[in-house]
Amino acid sequence: MSKPAKDSLLLLEDGSIFYGSSFGAEVDSIGEVVFNTGMVGYLESLTDPSYAGQILAFTYPLLGNYGVPAYAEKDKFGLPRFFESDSIKVKGVVVQEACRQPSHWASKRTLSKWMESEGVPGIEGVDTRALVTKLREAGVMMGIIASGGEAREQEAIAELLSRAESYASQNFVKGVSVSKPVIHGESDEKVVLLDCGTKYGIVRNLLARGYQVVRLPYNSSYSAVMKHDPAGVVVCNGPGDPKVLVDTSKCVGSLVDAEVPILGICLGEQVVGMSQGAETFKLKYGHRGQNKPCIDLTTGRGYVTSQNHGYALDEKSVKGTELKPWFMNADDGTIEGVLHASRPCMAVQFHPEATPGPYDTVFVFDRFVDAMKGKRERGAEIRSVRA
Amino acid sequence: MIGSGAIKVGEAGEFDYSGSQCLKALKEEGVDSVLVNPNIATIQTSSQFSDRIHFVPVSVDSVTKVIEKERPDGILLGFGGQTALNCGIGLSESGVLEKYGVKVLGTPIRGIQLTEDRDLFKKTMIGCDVPVPKSFAVYNFEEAKKATDELGYPVIIRVAYTLGGKGGGVARDEAELAQIVERGLNSSIAHQVLVEEYLGGWKQIEYEIMRDRDENSVIICNMENMLGMRVHTGDNIVVAPSQTLTNSEYHTLRTASLRAARTCGIIGECNIQFALHPGSERYAAIEINARLSRSSALASKATGYPLAYIAAKLALGYHLTELKNKVSGITTALFEPSLDYLVVKMPRWDTIKFDGAVRTIGTSMKSIGEVMAIGRGFEEAIQKAARMANPQQDGVIKEGKPSAKPDAMRRIEHPTDTIAFDLAEALRAGLDEKDVASKSEVDPWFVSKFKNVVDFHGFLESQPPGSIPSRDVLTRAKKLGFSDRQLGDLLGVGEDRVREARVRLGVTPVTKVIDTLAAEWPSKTNYLYQTYDASVDEAPSTGRRKVMVLGAGPYRIGSSVEFDWGTMNMAWALRQNGFDEVVVVNCNPETVSTDFDMSDRLYFEELSVERLLAIYDKEKPEGMVLCVGGQTPNDVAEDLERRGVTILGTSSQSIETAEDRTKFSALLDRLGIPQPAWGSFRSPAEAATFCARVGYPVIVRPSHVLSGSAMRVVWDPSELETFIKRAAMVNPEYPVVVSEFIEGAREVEVDAVSDGKNTVIGAIIEHVQDAGVHSGDAIMSIPTVSITKAAKEKIRVYTRGIARELKAKGPLNIQFLVRGASVYVIECNLRASRSLPYVCKATGVNLIDVVAPVMNGGSLKRTNDVEEPKRFAVKAPQFSFLQIDGAAPKLGVEMRSTGEVACFGDTFAEALSQAFLATGHKIPKRGDVGILLLEHWQDGSGLDGLIKGFRDKGIDIMVLDEPSLKSKLDQVSSLISGGKVALVLSFNANSNVDSELFHKVRRKAVDLQVQVISTKEEAEALLLCAGP
Repeated sequence: MSKPAKDSLLLLEDGSIFYGSSFGAEVDSIGEVVFNTGMVGYLESLTDPSYAGQILAFTYPLLGNYGVPAYAEKDKFGLPRFFESDSIKVKGVVVQEACRQPSHWASKRTLSKWMESEGVPGIEGVDTRALVTKLREAGVMMGIIASGGEAREQEAIAELLSRAESYASQNFVKGVSVSKPVIHGESDEKVVLLDCGTKYGIVRNLLARGYQVVRLPYNSSYSAVMKHDPAGVVVCNGPGDPKVLVDTSKCVGSLVDAEVPILGICLGEQVVGMSQGAETFKLKYGHRGQNKPCIDLTTGRGYVTSQNHGYALDEKSVKGTELKPWFMNADDGTIEGVLHASRPCMAVQFHPEATPGPYDTVFVFDRFVDAMKGKRERGAEIRSVRA
Repeated sequence: MIGSGAIKVGEAGEFDYSGSQCLKALKEEGVDSVLVNPNIATIQTSSQFSDRIHFVPVSVDSVTKVIEKERPDGILLGFGGQTALNCGIGLSESGVLEKYGVKVLGTPIRGIQLTEDRDLFKKTMIGCDVPVPKSFAVYNFEEAKKATDELGYPVIIRVAYTLGGKGGGVARDEAELAQIVERGLNSSIAHQVLVEEYLGGWKQIEYEIMRDRDENSVIICNMENMLGMRVHTGDNIVVAPSQTLTNSEYHTLRTASLRAARTCGIIGECNIQFALHPGSERYAAIEINARLSRSSALASKATGYPLAYIAAKLALGYHLTELKNKVSGITTALFEPSLDYLVVKMPRWDTIKFDGAVRTIGTSMKSIGEVMAIGRGFEEAIQKAARMANPQQDGVIKEGKPSAKPDAMRRIEHPTDTIAFDLAEALRAGLDEKDVASKSEVDPWFVSKFKNVVDFHGFLESQPPGSIPSRDVLTRAKKLGFSDRQLGDLLGVGEDRVREARVRLGVTPVTKVIDTLAAEWPSKTNYLYQTYDASVDEAPSTGRRKVMVLGAGPYRIGSSVEFDWGTMNMAWALRQNGFDEVVVVNCNPETVSTDFDMSDRLYFEELSVERLLAIYDKEKPEGMVLCVGGQTPNDVAEDLERRGVTILGTSSQSIETAEDRTKFSALLDRLGIPQPAWGSFRSPAEAATFCARVGYPVIVRPSHVLSGSAMRVVWDPSELETFIKRAAMVNPEYPVVVSEFIEGAREVEVDAVSDGKNTVIGAIIEHVQDAGVHSGDAIMSIPTVSITKAAKEKIRVYTRGIARELKAKGPLNIQFLVRGASVYVIECNLRASRSLPYVCKATGVNLIDVVAPVMNGGSLKRTNDVEEPKRFAVKAPQFSFLQIDGAAPKLGVEMRSTGEVACFGDTFAEALSQAFLATGHKIPKRGDVGILLLEHWQDGSGLDGLIKGFRDKGIDIMVLDEPSLKSKLDQVSSLISGGKVALVLSFNANSNVDSELFHKVRRKAVDLQVQVISTKEEAEALLLCAGP
């Protein structure tokens, strides 16, 4: 009936403290504190590997209303139907209210129980709007969720936080990529997915278009990729600063040179940019939500997109490359997608696979399929001429 | 731009909001604008909004004349509800738009047809891969029966081209089918109804779509109807955003919305409604409204996104990508608002005010108005909403012991207008959550929230009486939305001691900003609410000279858009009179006053003493103005003043003198002003003695009502006895006020403003009906028609005398009876009245502007009375009896109309006939047939002249008393069904002994949209308008 007393706290790097109540696992957790403005989709967000290393605050005050289904329930591709990976990837959750009595036909347990079983702490009763205002003004920063907060020495908690490794210096991709190839689906045509921490949504979209998906470790070499004779290569989303992905960038550069059709998504877009000599930078507080307006600069049309990124391509640095801006963020003018001037290479900063979020830009996958088919047809033509 | 005309059930203030925003957008673009809307009480019909206004009926005929005269380049049909849309279709079909080269701006006619015609809609949806329920469009009962054979009962009958589900309903057997289909076919301009499978247990989800002419489209808001598909969205408790939908459900429906809108070619705004199966992802599209709607107004207030304004810009040809988000000023309009709070809309019903009205709610709308509550938790929001809609309630839990389980169960199975309270009561009665959810078909998520409230209520009840709650208890109580008053009652310590403890312990609400984007970007808006589910206060008070103005709360019978006009006109005038900042408080999403850019600061909040004090404490204004928002703010005047609030304008003491019958009567005596005899009695015997002395009829006003309407005319001793026994309690605690009823007197009222010394009379208004018809229901005229100069002089003198004696500092309204040279005062209200916008627009003098300086300690802007205008302005009421199942279509001392219009003319008759037409009347013409129902107690001889008058104009009147009707019932019934009857005359205003048989005939007439006239004077007026 009543909520537990304030027994948890969120301490930020700049010393600000938000008191609240603990839910999920009662453990301490440190991460970069970011916020997402989506009003649905916590199952998808919490299992999105791009959030590795981050504590996620939800601006919508009520979380967990429709509960948590079982991982065991699979979709037609044999992937977990309701999730974007096989476990919770965020380091912690901050919200106004975590629902204790969810209601949905697919629900098997509460948000709190789910997080508890995966060792992820949550803090509720937090004025998340105040937290967002702080992050918006000061930029994202490290923070710690400390359970049993009121009874503990705040200095000790602050000490834990100050000793933690900073977000930017870590390679989170390593932790969420595959260590050896994983195959999804059956087909003669393959897409290689350079797995920086892919969401299942990307895999589903490729499978739905008739491709077999070969997930390779993020640091695979050009030859390791080409061994599979891919129709195209997807460089997917993932956590952290793209600058640590030197090998991936090198591999992508070679693939572009070889005219292999490439689709970069989110982190993958930044890697595609880096491979062509562009620079990335860290946004003050990132783009995380389902309502992000992007303009297709080739047509002038606007789309509402799903986004989750803390870094972006620097527009000026793109100018000197073969890449042309494709999409632009209508709110702050940042680059949201690029097209290669002469190669079948395209990349978007947003999430065309949605989940969570609007499906308005799934056509990006169709464009990629077109590019792959075009490439195969040209290849067949060339082969027949040669023959 | 075509407006929606009078306010009725299904078409209320939301179209003042959407029309005003549209006109604002046109003005910004430098477009010369012409408005057609006879609703004189609206803000949009104020002169600053459009270049020219035509107060004429929204009909093909009269709009054609406007087009002929104005020769517009374009026409906007999407901002005036179903009325404007239907008118537009008529204009298109009759070739008028083509003839005059008028381009439809926004969704083209074809798009409107695709969404309105039930059969076309179904085909269109199937064509774009959006599932729809199984259904058949039918044109007669035989076809309906065949369709039902296919679908199986129950079925739902939906009517094409109507609003609020008017005329439709759920049929569970053949008799119901026959009745609803007949009513439906008559309500539909296409004589078409849809027989559809009934998806009662499914969730009802709505999306609001904005789309430009080049495919850019966004969803502004989605909404979940808590009572599911079984209750019309207008009568539903609506939550935004949806609470129980997963990402996949939310976005599947979102995508389907965009696909549907695209296929229908929407340009601007539309609303789409889905049924979603509660046990799978199956869904079906129910309907699309290709126009601004009640839901879009709600979405606009819920998100802060100005839908109507943007829709108007899109109709003019802009792209979403070119427009800015007005709230942030920097981000684009092409985005989807993100809420960091939730809103609960609750309807305001007034079915209790109608004799015979069925109080169950279902698929056709009955509510008059609505409120919206904002919170960061559902419990807080729904409790706020319950109080906003019903200020006498403390929240969702009603006072007293809960009823027994079977009764509680029955009430959630068959929901009525008390469903929000019944859900809580069912839990209190001991039903478990599962049963409540399954019987009520309310999602268990919502039920669990009600349970949280009920459980905590139980905890509070178990506290020792007289205990002051601890900080922890207060914090929990406030997060769950309990009011100080309720806590005070439950703990037996009173509201003030709870407040005192709460403030002392630092349990106070924080102010939050509504900015469309969850604080992700800095915003410039001052759209605010208060919550206990947060810790950091935003939007600090400025040090500027400021004043608070209280709005009217939900629209209901007796309080409607006229008070929004008052609120906004006062807010604007105060800015011109020395105040730097005007803070408006209101909780009605259908209003212009709750547009974020209308005032300097807007609190979308409760108009309760508790919340107003919290806002007052934060804002520290110089005072509050509560004389323009109708009775709701007036009611809290004394409580606020007693707690230290400065009331600007007339003092609460004066208000009390005017409202307390004894004090006011003494004042009239002191001034030598005549009044009808009256007395206050504490026993039935005393009352009877008085009545015998002054003579029947009398008006009886009980201070405590058991059932039915509060006040009525009583015609003889036996009626007095029955009324007192059945409906009114009379004892020393609850006295009854009885006053002499002066028959055959003219009723006159005056709107004036005063600064305590001088008084300016805006107009003397004469009612068409004799005294006895509530002033809100009377037809009235400026200038007067039959009042003598001498009587008018008396009226002016009395008005000045009363205003001076009461030290009135603000607007006031006085009602008079005039018989010959005698003038009696019956009532005085020291606040803006319902008729104030009518008076100001009829005379061209804005009395609010005249009186605004008084709020700042100054005096009236002018001292001479406003001159009587040369042209006639006739105001007529709009009734919604059709929508209120079973309601007796009659007039009396209690108000029953839902809206009004006023039209102009060089003669009284000209203005009158326009006003009749604009409120759905038909002027009878040669060859028409009318029916006059003659009650056994009525003397028919007095009506001979009237009947002859009609017959002289070729209108035959069949006079039927009860026996003759009995013998010809089938014949009369089929005449009405066959559309052969033009009017039913039944002069039963204020009678308490209506024949059941007559009621059936009158009700049938109402259901089939045949006018029922309940006073002789109105019949005479109609006759005056009839042709030669």
